[in-house]
Order: sequence, then structure tokens, then C-alpha cells
Amino acid sequence: MLQRIRYAPPRYWLVVVAIVLFIGLPTVISSFQTSEWSQAIILAIAIMGLNILVGYSGQLSLGHGAFMALGAYTSAILVHRYKMDFLVTIPIAGLITGIIGFLFGVPALRLSPLYLALATFALAVVTPSLIKRPAELTGGVQGISLPPAVPPQFAKDAFAAVTGAPMTSDQWIYYVTLACAFILFWLAWNLVRHRAGRAMRAIRDGEVAAAASGVNIAGYKTLAFGISALYAGVAGSLFGLAVGFVSPDTFPVALSIQLLVGAVIGGLASIPGPLIGGIFAYFLPIESNQWVPTQTWIPSQIAATVEKAGPAVTYGVILILIMIFSPNGIVGLVATAYTRLRRRLRGAGERESGQAPPDPQTV
Amino acid sequence: MRLVAPRLAAVAALFVTVAACGGSPAPTVATDVGITSTEILLGNTNALSGPAAPYGTISNAENAYFTYINNTQGGVNGRKITFKILDDGYNPAKTVPLTKQLVEQDKVFAMFSGLGTQAQTSVRDYLNAQKVPQLFVATGATTFMADFSSHNYTIGWQPPYQGEARIYAKDVVANHPGAKIGVLYQNDDYGQDYLKGLTDGLGSNASMIVDKESFDLTAASTASQLATLKAKGADTLFLFATPTPTVKSLVIVTALHWEPTIYLNSVSNPQAYMAVAAKAGAALKNVTSVGYLKDPTDPQWATDSGMKLYKTVIANCSTCNVNDGFNIYGVAVAYTMVDILKQAGSNLTRANVMSIAGSQLNETNNPFLLPGVVVKTTSSDHFPITQEQVITWNGTGWTLKPPIIDERGTIK
Repeated sequence: MLQRIRYAPPRYWLVVVAIVLFIGLPTVISSFQTSEWSQAIILAIAIMGLNILVGYSGQLSLGHGAFMALGAYTSAILVHRYKMDFLVTIPIAGLITGIIGFLFGVPALRLSPLYLALATFALAVVTPSLIKRPAELTGGVQGISLPPAVPPQFAKDAFAAVTGAPMTSDQWIYYVTLACAFILFWLAWNLVRHRAGRAMRAIRDGEVAAAASGVNIAGYKTLAFGISALYAGVAGSLFGLAVGFVSPDTFPVALSIQLLVGAVIGGLASIPGPLIGGIFAYFLPIESNQWVPTQTWIPSQIAATVEKAGPAVTYGVILILIMIFSPNGIVGLVATAYTRLRRRLRGAGERESGQAPPDPQTV
Repeated sequence: MRLVAPRLAAVAALFVTVAACGGSPAPTVATDVGITSTEILLGNTNALSGPAAPYGTISNAENAYFTYINNTQGGVNGRKITFKILDDGYNPAKTVPLTKQLVEQDKVFAMFSGLGTQAQTSVRDYLNAQKVPQLFVATGATTFMADFSSHNYTIGWQPPYQGEARIYAKDVVANHPGAKIGVLYQNDDYGQDYLKGLTDGLGSNASMIVDKESFDLTAASTASQLATLKAKGADTLFLFATPTPTVKSLVIVTALHWEPTIYLNSVSNPQAYMAVAAKAGAALKNVTSVGYLKDPTDPQWATDSGMKLYKTVIANCSTCNVNDGFNIYGVAVAYTMVDILKQAGSNLTRANVMSIAGSQLNETNNPFLLPGVVVKTTSSDHFPITQEQVITWNGTGWTLKPPIIDERGTIK
């Protein structure tokens, strides 16, 4: 065990540091900022789901907002009508959304990528209208208001012992979200390194070749859809609980686009990518909208346009920049920089001896 | 092991530092958060971007009035009003974190004139639980006034949609008793609220409605619904829709060679939208609506002191179009806001301000409202404005049709 710890590559340490940072975060920032970070992590979970679908299995979805809506409404209805504990509803929401996603994947996999994108986009467009119809069940346009989550006693005690302040509902939701994110990221990490993940990547890189190697194309494509929807469902469930209110307009088409942009910015086909993507997708529009108008050096006309067009402009600009300078997203950028740095530091000797340093392991 | 120990130590140090930083004391609860000796801080969320962006100007107009009060009167009782506006893009999921930001981080005294029914519903429970006044929400959804008893930190301002629809019912029964009514309504709480008001207002005459067609705000066109209404033989059309679909519908009606009597809801009647509709080919014959604000484009107010004041005020906002009906709405509601802050005097607590707004309001001199319109609440009535006047479109502007109709006490 000690040997394994000792020889663990540096990125394992990075993971440990990241986890410790995320656990410690609510003790340094305010309750409100904690609620912002919960939302960022929730987006990261949904983006992780999208990443499995887009990044690892090569299918495009513009409709993950719809799966989030399904998860959110499943939880909200269970909590609101059947008075269930919200923690219990999270896996239920995930499973139901996963099953629906799996079923949606059956016809969807017969579509070529472009048409699949359109089909999922249509799903995102009709979802808000669909939710309004069974008004008795979904609360119609009024939506469903949820009671704030009450932290259990052990969490309150632990938090009070560390910070001396009572734990708020937002801080409790943050830890629940963080736990879900940890489990789901760990599962994703396992998935992509094993049989299913290899099969998905094989399909992504060449369907014919994969089929020739005996990979069950249809099976793995629908599986990817189902797993991806499960992630979105859990994210949606957490989203509803964090916001305390779900309504049809909570899940506009823009949300699905936001997720896809987040996935691309973070870095497709990587495990830390979605986390970074989630943080960007959440904070970028909010910060840019509040930051741009305060900057006097930006011409007022541009500032006014940014204000009017909202997050779309910032997303667009960042997306273009990322596509030009780092097609593999921020994770790709960091990985490249790290490799270059290592070559600089260690490479001199190796170059002399004629041995090229090995490529960093990419998964 | 040599390497492990320092690494572990570093992580531990980090953890301890992180934990230690968290020990800051909790802020003490004050009864007058957001009030200092020189400042009153108010918060607002509005759709500055997205599908409902035309409403965004309301917040800027309100800010223009606060700026005017700060510059000419030194604020309210020596405290200048600071108004923080955040953009929620008309998405209720964004309204929640932004409102939390204003309440918990910026520590506003009250939320003022937040826009949108779903958006304001999404934060109503939160604001009431925190006892932060949610003042004069910019929506006429009846629930914001009717449910004051269960949410007594929330109140609306403008006439409730149901009250407005009842006025149309009265007008149609009085002036077009044989009308065959066709209703096109937006399939959300907004459209349904109007529809309920119309049905309730018609009462025993509800059979005058020959058909009701709904559409979703996301729908591209209302042509099929309007064609159905025409085919069902309706000769009087009620449009219960927000500005964009209303303008489209007006154009489609003309394209269908249909000339019904049209009733437009007040949200969509600013002169600017009528001009857009006319430009796009709408005939705009026999169009009726209601108003409670002075129309900046109406020449009869050219010398009116209230209108002159409005023009002075709105000059403080560089992006505001002086002729936009939404701007005079913003200035008028800001006037009421300043009024209650003045009334609260030195007792500037959230509870006191809320009590004044919710049950002690009696503003008879709001210069931006039609003469005779009173902003009033009592301990048993929490509908600030219930009076409106029927107006008809004359091709270039709205003609007022006296008298003012009051629906106070009819909506429960």
C-alpha cells in the first residue's frame, strides 16, 4: 500500500488536493458562494454525462437539458407530492432518467450524427411545453416550489466543530452534491478505463473497425445514451433541490447548449474536463455579465451589446478562442503545457541520449 | 517514505489553513440590513437579455427616478438610494442564485420590482422565509396580491390581470352584447389568469365565448389558432399574449382578411408595439385595451406637469426611449417606492416598510398615473392598483374612454 502511495503519479496527488480543496471550500466562503459552487458542480455532473456520450462514444446530443428536466421533475414530484426525503429521490431520479435515456437511445442510434443532433435538439425544444401539459402532476407553468433541505444533526455538528457557525441548507446541499459528483466521477473514471469504455472509444474512432472487432455497436451506443442520461438525471435532481424551485422555463434550450459548451471548454474525453467545464459554464456568463458593464475601457456600445445578448456572446467568444488555441479544451491546454514543461526540465539529458520522453498517458 | 511525509504534511497544512480561515464570526442580524446613515440599498432582477429583453428597460427607468431623487432631494431623508440590477434572462433558475446574491452577499434592504411571474414565484418562498420585502413585483399575476396572507413579504403593484380582463368583460357586454368572442391566450399562468378574469367577469354571459385557443410562448406562429377562431365564426377577438406574439397575431389577423373587434391586454399595448404591428401590415381596426398610466406619446399630456417630470427623470437614463410605455411604468412604480420609504421615515425596518406597502398605502398623487387612479392597500385589501380606463386605438395613438373603471374588491 505504502509502495503504491509512494509511486503514485503526480496527478493522483492532484486529485487528492482537489478533493480536499472542495471539501474545505464551504468553510472559507460564504453560504451564498457555496450555493454557487454547488450549481457549478451540478453542471459538472451533467457535463460528465454528456462527455461520456460525446467525448467517449462520439454521439452528439443537444438535448441534455431535457434529461435534466426529467430528473428534476422526478425528484420534485416525489418530494412535493409523496413527501419523500430528497436524498432518496436522487438515485430514483437518476435511474428513471437513465432508463428513459436508454429507451431514447434505441431509435436515436439509427440516426447519423447530424440527425441525432437534431432529434435531441427537438427533445430540448419540446420539453418545456411538454412539462406544462399534465398540470396536476407538474404544477404546470407555476412550477413546484420545494422546501429548503434541512441538514442532518451529524453534519451540523461536524460543520459547527470546524467553523463555529451553524450549517446552512445551501452548505448541506453542497456536500450532498459533492458526494454525488465524487461517486459519479469515480464511476466514469472506471467505466472509460474498462471494457465498456474501450468499446465506446473504438466505436467513436471507427464504427466499421469496431464492428469488425466484435464490438456490439448498437448495445454500447444505447448504453452510452442511458448512462449519459442517468448522469443528467442526477444533476437535474440536484439542480431542482439546490434552486428550490422547478418550472418549465428552468430548462430552456439554452441549458442544453450551455452543457455542450461546458463539455468542449473543459475538454472532451477527459475526466477532469467536465469539472472545469462545469465551473466555466456556471461562472463565465454570470461573472462576465456583471464584470463587463463595470469596465470603462470597453466601448459602451460593445458593453451594451454584451449586456443585451447576455451569456451567448461570452460563450461564443470563449468557444472560438478555445477552438483555435486549444481544441482539446482547458484540460488539453494544461496537459500540453505540462508535457512541454517536463520536456524542458528533463528532456535535455534524454535528447542527448537519443531517447524521446514517453507521451503522457491520455485517456 | 521520505517523499510521502512532506507531501502528507503539505496536504495537512492546507487542510488546517482552509479550516482555520472558516472561523470568521457569523454576521449579526440587524433589523435594517441594507440601510446605512447615507444609503438605502435595493436589489432587482430583470430580463436584460433573452426572450423578454424589452422589459429590461423598466429597471433602468426605475434607476433613473432614484438618480433623480438622489440628485434633487439628496435621497430619502438624507439617504441616497442605490439600486443594484442583475440580469436573470427571464430564466427562473437564474433568478434564485441572483436573488440570493443580492440578499446574502450584497445585503440589500429589499427586492424591488423583480420581473416575471415564474421568476418571482421561484424566489417568493425564499424571500418570505428570510423576511426580505419583495416589493412591487413587475407582474400582474393575481397570486402576488391575492395570496398576501400566506406570503406577507410579497406584494405586486400593477393592476391584476384578472381585474383587467373583468373590465374587458364589462365593456364587451355593454358595447357589443351580441358579440361572438374568440380568445387567443398564451398557455401559461399569464394567459390563463386573463382567461379566468374574462370568464368570471362575463359570468352568466360566458356563453358569448365561442372558442378558446392557446399557444405556447415558444411557438413560431399563432396562424393556425387564429384561422380556427375565424372559422368558428368569432367576431370579437381577445388577445391575451405578451408583446411579441401579440404583434405577430395582429399582423396575421389582417393577413387572414379578418376584421374582428380586437381586445388587447395592457402589457402589449404600448404605442411602440402598435407602431411595429402597423409597419408589419396590421390594419389595427377596432382595437380596444385599457390603461392606467399616462401614455408618453399622447399629445394631451404635452403640458402635463407629471409628463414633464417624467421627461426630466428619464433624461437620467441614456439607453431609455422616452416614448416606451415600459419606462413610464418604471418611473411610476419607483415613485411609489420612494413614497413608502418617505412614509417609513426614521423607522426604516423591513417589517415597517412591508406593512406600509402591504396595508397602509394611499397614494393619490402619483403624477405618472391617469388622473383619478389611486395606489391603495388596506389591512383587508392588498391590490395596490385596481382602476383602469378603457382606451381605443385611433390609428396613431390611444383615445381615453372615460370613466375610470374600478375592480376593487371583485377578485378574491
